[in-house]
Amino acid sequence: MSLLKEFSKGIYTQNPVFKQALGLCPLLAVSSTVSNGIGMGIAATFVLVCSNSIISLLRKVVPKKIRIPVYIVIIATFVTITDLTMAGFAPDLYARLGIFVPLIVVNCMILGRAEAFSGKNKLLPSIVDGLGMGLGFTLALFIISAIREILGNGTFFGIPLFGASYEPVLVMILPAGAFMTIGFLLGLFNWLENRKQNKKSAV
Amino acid sequence: MELRVLLIIAVSAIFLNNFVFSRVLGICPYIGVSGQMDSAIGMGMAVTFVLTLASIVAWLVYTFFLAPTTANLFYHLFALEKPPDLTFLNTIVFILVIATLVQFVEMVIQKTSPSLYKSLGIYLPLITTNCAVLGVALLNVAAGYRFIESIVHGFTAGIGFTIALVLMAGIREKLELKDIPQSMRGTPIAFIMAGLIALAFLGFSGLKLM
Repeated sequence: MSLLKEFSKGIYTQNPVFKQALGLCPLLAVSSTVSNGIGMGIAATFVLVCSNSIISLLRKVVPKKIRIPVYIVIIATFVTITDLTMAGFAPDLYARLGIFVPLIVVNCMILGRAEAFSGKNKLLPSIVDGLGMGLGFTLALFIISAIREILGNGTFFGIPLFGASYEPVLVMILPAGAFMTIGFLLGLFNWLENRKQNKKSAV
Repeated sequence: MELRVLLIIAVSAIFLNNFVFSRVLGICPYIGVSGQMDSAIGMGMAVTFVLTLASIVAWLVYTFFLAPTTANLFYHLFALEKPPDLTFLNTIVFILVIATLVQFVEMVIQKTSPSLYKSLGIYLPLITTNCAVLGVALLNVAAGYRFIESIVHGFTAGIGFTIALVLMAGIREKLELKDIPQSMRGTPIAFIMAGLIALAFLGFSGLKLM
């Protein structure tokens, strides 16, 4: 039961992007098409689950004072594995994501989970936590990249949605569009939260 | 000729490929620290300093230990038949070098200049996980910059980041007094402002540098 809670908290109540504002750089940079977004989400989830489990196994061995460098080395190892695997098996996606694959190392979501969760918890909860957070991150990437691709390019997963008369909103696939999309989404989530609290206080 | 190349690198790093608005690197500290002008300037200076240092150190490490050229020290040290290609270690080595460097710089500043430490010190630990720093090292390698070019790129990228931070801080200080819908206050409106500034910066892409 508690495992289910660890899993589901990452998706909505503690969503790394919308609730904690972590891991924003890759989110803004690679969300111009849905396939890029999903690719990035899967890569980050893989690294998060692997690093969470190793860090959880080593939590009693690693001295408190040098834990951050140790975490970074563990994360960097898995990022290198992901990097080489993607270069070998998905060269197109790898070329489109560019330097944002190696930059998963400094994604604050991953180091944040190591510090806040897997460094203190057993193996199974850590894996489940990694899966939940990774899924929450992928979901956020999916929402943002879907909005940007549909508005900015008139397509979804590369499939044209509108007729030839549709004028794409070019700004949405530029970095400026990424900033605005995430700004409005964060505002929307705040609004939902406020409304819930207002209802509670009214009762 | 050389100076011209450096100038092109500088202008493009500050305006055309601004780290925040065009390459979208270093967003977490950008949104986090741009609330006040003082902290924005402090953070900007710290980032510029670390970006320059990281470019220098990453270039040295890459050229003498990782790259498959005859300059590689392992090639001479172990008398290998051909230069070893260790570039697959880039990510791990760079992040370790940067983390160590930041820690070291923090200690040196703390010992030598307490006043500088007071203004920059609190920002330095934050910078280790700033993706702009690892990003500049990786971008230098990807672009194949030589030593001086790497330094110029690192330094001007830092200047570009500082300009972005200061612009944003100026706007956000004014926004404090404005009547913004409750749910949009703070981070959401900051992102929308960043989007608008990014649009303005898009105008620089018309510059012909070559």
